[in-house]
Amino acid sequence: MPSLPDVMTPDAAQLAQAAGGEGRAPLETGSPEHDLFTGLTRLGDTTLILGHRVSEWCGLAPVLEEDIALANMALDLIGQTQLWLGLAGEVEGRGRDADALAFRRDGWEFHNLLLVERPNGDFGRTLMRQFLFDAYHLPLLKALEGSTNPRIAEIAAKAGKEVAYHVERSADLVIRLGDGTDESHARMQSSLDALWGYTGEAFIGDAVDARLGEAGVMPAPESLRSDWDRTVNAVLAEATLERPASDFAHKGGKQGRHSEHLGHLLTSMQWLQRSYPDATW
Amino acid sequence: MSNEWPLWEVFIRGQHGLNHRHVGSLHAPDAELAMRHARDVYTRRNEGVSIWVVPSAQITASAPSDKGPLFEPANDKVYRHPTFYDIPDEVGHM
Repeated sequence: MPSLPDVMTPDAAQLAQAAGGEGRAPLETGSPEHDLFTGLTRLGDTTLILGHRVSEWCGLAPVLEEDIALANMALDLIGQTQLWLGLAGEVEGRGRDADALAFRRDGWEFHNLLLVERPNGDFGRTLMRQFLFDAYHLPLLKALEGSTNPRIAEIAAKAGKEVAYHVERSADLVIRLGDGTDESHARMQSSLDALWGYTGEAFIGDAVDARLGEAGVMPAPESLRSDWDRTVNAVLAEATLERPASDFAHKGGKQGRHSEHLGHLLTSMQWLQRSYPDATW
Repeated sequence: MSNEWPLWEVFIRGQHGLNHRHVGSLHAPDAELAMRHARDVYTRRNEGVSIWVVPSAQITASAPSDKGPLFEPANDKVYRHPTFYDIPDEVGHM
């Protein structure tokens, strides 16, 4: 039997060399480069995992028009991922590009928000997750447009146009379904209740966030809360949905501690590159 | 099926100065969503600068069976084409 590499040992140096990297030393934890790399993977992993989740609807949505709309949005998010993770790879300087970061890392190296790895559930739950994220994503990108890092500001400006449409669409559908039939209302309320505990993580900063915020590279997560509250309160009121009272927040995604759902997602998302490394069309 | 969303016809203007052209149809519960669906379904490849959506039920169409009386009488009236004039060369392409 051929000996297989130990999957529990992420050997970034080896992977970087395999990808034609320079084999440079890993970034030092706490250094500005490491902070920037971490911040960028938080952005890129979040759009990647949500984009993949939304793409799971492809061919399955309740009507053709929504199927296409969801696929468009998934592609927007994956396009943004290429930019964020591409920049992260450059910052890291070890030869990993966006593909290497997306397909050759394991769960604990992913820094996405827990909200976006939640399973799709029904159509209403997918839309509720999308709205709760979009309402945060737009003010985040607006703030990133003012980043002291011009590359980040550029990517945020481009992504912001796409996301302005995402939030318009998801808010409208949450209102229609929340204020729709008894059945759709009940499903939207239960989706909101089930996802609520995963929304707070986006607004809780850690030491990396604090340093990036201080340097004006990325906004402090806490500073995005009031915009999000305003949007969410207005839409939920119009949708006749009740905002859950609890402010308990699951956290850990940004630090690489994930729910069991991420592993299953990665298994299917990364299968091809894991089985046939460097396969091309 | 009565619980299906109504059908809408979609017209897209590809560039400033051109006409809106019929590009297809879609289902949507109301005009606002029809517009959004049209954007998602028909402008994915940067096709348009303007969209019209029209409820298909609002369109009155000629019946295929009326083709003869409606269109055939024009077949032998070649004089309706402006081809019986000598156009001076200076006019150029018309």
